[in-house]
Amino acid sequence: MAIVVFPGSNCEQDVLQAFACLGVRAEYVWHHATDLGGFDVVVLPGGFSYGDYLRTGAIAAFSPVMEAVRRFAAAGGLVIGICNGFQILCEAGLLPGALRWNAGLKFICRPVTVRVETTDSPFTSAAVAGQALEIPINHFQGNYHCSPALLDQLDAEDRIAFRYADNPNGSVSDIAGVLSAGRNVLGMMPHPERAVDPAVGGTDGRVVLDSMLTSLWSLRAGVR
Amino acid sequence: MSEAPATVVSLHRQLGLTDDEYARIEEILGRKPNHAELAMYSVMWSEHCSYKSSKIYLRTLPSEGPQVLIGPGEGAGIVEVDGVAVALRIESHNHPSFIEPVQGAETGIGGIVRDILSMGARPIALLDPLRFGPLPVEDTVEPATAERNRFLVEGVVTGISTYGNCIGVPTVGGEVVFDPCYSGNPLVNVMCIGVAPVERIMLARAHGPGNVVLLLGSKTGRDGIGGVSVLASSAFEEGSETKRPSVQVGDPFTEKLLIEACLELIERGVVVGIQDLGGAGICCATSESAANAGTGMRIHLENVPRRERGMEPFEILTSESQERMLVIVTPEDEEEALATCRRWGLGASVIGQVTASGRLEVFEDGVCVADVPAASLGDGPVYYRPVERPHEAPPVPDTDVAPPEDLRRAVLALAGDPSLCSKRWVWEQYDHQVMLGTVTGPGADAAVLRLPGARKRIAVTADANGRWCAADPYLGTCHAVAEAARNLSVVGAEPIAVTNCLNFGNPERADVMWAFSESVRGLGDACTALGTPVTGGNVSFYNETAGRSIDPTPVVGMVGVVADAGPPGTGFRGAGHLIVLLGETLPELAGSEFLRIVHRRQGGLPSLDLAREAALGRVVRGAIARSLLSSAHDCSEGGLALALTESCLAGGLGAAVTPEDGLPVHVWLFSETAGRVLASVEPHRLPALRALAAAEGVPVSFLGTVGGDALRIGSEADIPVAVLRDVYDNALPAAMRHA
Repeated sequence: MAIVVFPGSNCEQDVLQAFACLGVRAEYVWHHATDLGGFDVVVLPGGFSYGDYLRTGAIAAFSPVMEAVRRFAAAGGLVIGICNGFQILCEAGLLPGALRWNAGLKFICRPVTVRVETTDSPFTSAAVAGQALEIPINHFQGNYHCSPALLDQLDAEDRIAFRYADNPNGSVSDIAGVLSAGRNVLGMMPHPERAVDPAVGGTDGRVVLDSMLTSLWSLRAGVR
Repeated sequence: MSEAPATVVSLHRQLGLTDDEYARIEEILGRKPNHAELAMYSVMWSEHCSYKSSKIYLRTLPSEGPQVLIGPGEGAGIVEVDGVAVALRIESHNHPSFIEPVQGAETGIGGIVRDILSMGARPIALLDPLRFGPLPVEDTVEPATAERNRFLVEGVVTGISTYGNCIGVPTVGGEVVFDPCYSGNPLVNVMCIGVAPVERIMLARAHGPGNVVLLLGSKTGRDGIGGVSVLASSAFEEGSETKRPSVQVGDPFTEKLLIEACLELIERGVVVGIQDLGGAGICCATSESAANAGTGMRIHLENVPRRERGMEPFEILTSESQERMLVIVTPEDEEEALATCRRWGLGASVIGQVTASGRLEVFEDGVCVADVPAASLGDGPVYYRPVERPHEAPPVPDTDVAPPEDLRRAVLALAGDPSLCSKRWVWEQYDHQVMLGTVTGPGADAAVLRLPGARKRIAVTADANGRWCAADPYLGTCHAVAEAARNLSVVGAEPIAVTNCLNFGNPERADVMWAFSESVRGLGDACTALGTPVTGGNVSFYNETAGRSIDPTPVVGMVGVVADAGPPGTGFRGAGHLIVLLGETLPELAGSEFLRIVHRRQGGLPSLDLAREAALGRVVRGAIARSLLSSAHDCSEGGLALALTESCLAGGLGAAVTPEDGLPVHVWLFSETAGRVLASVEPHRLPALRALAAAEGVPVSFLGTVGGDALRIGSEADIPVAVLRDVYDNALPAAMRHA
């Protein structure tokens, strides 16, 4: 399991710790890396890659590791982008759409309720359709935007992974997370790694991590 | 201040040095200083850097305790908790934030974070005690001033959010208080907590002649030249905008790289000494780290990476460009250190060598541009400034305070006051969760944090009460210490150490110096009584605009240790639980929020008994350790009225309470007697709580019962929780909304 560290990432440790909570060992991969062979999952963590100067995720999308991420995803590997990771995936064209400034023009750090919109993905398979999860958001640019045509397509292809129960940032159609066409790349604004420990933030985020682990085991067992 | 014409003779005055100070510089050097040297002394001997007016008082503070590893005088104080070094420090960035609120707040955070980093500690939490003038919802202030205040609130909160969130350090607490005295001079104090393995604590020591001096981080520009002497060490007059070039600009991305690179260098074991660059820039960092080690330093300015051409030596030496650190390494480790910085994409240059000369020698292209004894820059003047007690304000007799016309309206007025209401609008803009250590975050009495590498948790709080200190700086400061300790106790933490930020007016005024001396005396007495050594602090003088001084505002930052049981929380937890008050309510409305908000009168403050305060702390912590309490909440500003409101709201439950016999209802409800905690307990646990309290002589009075959907105060008031919530939660967002 690889956690990509860009200069300015700041949630890599939290992701590492969250996976450790589930008994899984992850390791950091520097943004200069050009090969992700040997990993089953690649995580793009939250933070402010390259200071998020210019536009969130815009510079990170051109870092050397993203070419490797692209190949990794094309080969069917699981890629999850959380918060800044989601922004980077959109900038890199691995996910459709864009993330704009929150409608209220304020940074928001708060637990929100999201609904699991599809269980047909390696990131949500352990959830129940429609399940409500309380997971914190922590962003200034989480306002998901896409064209009406793309929205119809995402809906038709069942690629909207999560929707906000009470839209905090103005996202189109309350979208909190989207899947790639191959369903092996997920971008989500809420931070599941912040909700794995009952002492800090609850445990609703576990279902995302659990789903990924279960999917991996199935993949390895050749069940898929 | 009248100015002599700009001749060479008066240059020292323009730089803020007195004639006597200038004479001393000549004596030290045995010759006239050149321009660069004069600039160096002017920043280093400024009030901000030299503590020349406050030193004699600060020396009296108790600074020793079993857990104190590093006391005052270093980048930060350090206490040991469960085998881990916990660094704590608080600083002000008041003046820059008034000139340019976003950058002022950003660079305030950057500065305190580098202080913690300079001890070898990873920053793990930030707290921001803030003070502003009133918002436009209050009619006590003219509209233009109120608009300006709102602009400052927006800007400061944005600055904290932008910088703190980006560097990945959670902002877990603080204060936001509004008072007319801060209209011309807001207070932006920033506190930071850091952790390190005990054996890895670093100090600003340039040991080992021949060792290499590295400058890490951003390039050096003309920003913030003389910030400490121009901004932090003089009062504001009209037209302060012209001082804008003295405000620095923050770059949180580079700060994040600086944190990671410095910690990696320390982990690799290549760091001999490390010092942050803040006030007085290269001049301060080089002279201090050399003087601390009894060495000297030779600096080559042409090797300092610069943002612009044509910078004069004095500009390079005193620039306060942000996000820079000074690191001393051996010649053998130089390449490894530079390679580490390259990997992080962080600038790093060799700018000089440690020498045995005891002098700070500065060269530019081979020409010596300054040569002074390194220790003399930090060994500034010490002033015994005149002290005079001002005419006393007439005491406010409690018997004068009439009951409110409508008790319900009065309770809601308090709940909706900008200083007392929910600060969610502020702290939701801060990342308070990153690092997964925030067990209890903003909005509680104190933040509770996990301590990486330890089993125990720590709790942190920052408290002050400017109005009480204006009435009596000694007692007011004691109150701040007592309240901080209480805030820790209600989350189950035993207070172990204090840091402080003393915000005062112009020290050249005898009444201000009197208040300062009294405040420090109070800080010392209260910290001795409560067993919390002072591990360091910061003094911010000249907080006045156009001759109007702020109220004396000593901010007390306190750290405590949580043993085992988790904090019970502020909120009522179950219908049928019994509501009790630990401590005794005295008829004292002087200085109360009720008096200010309902009667629009100020003055006076409640009494304080530090021995009883200590006993209360022991009872509360003991009760939490035995899991006797369902909830616990500090009862202070706003009295029982606000404490009950907050416990109802945090728990989403109503309460029915009966006023105490012998006190008028409004006195009982709004008195702000110290040494009280509002708690709730399951009925079968009450006897054990009573026994525990009796052993310490702390009274326990039964107030009522948790339950229902309203706060019922006898037969006097019946306020639905939903109404309280609406008022309490929406007051600040409404006040910040532009018309």
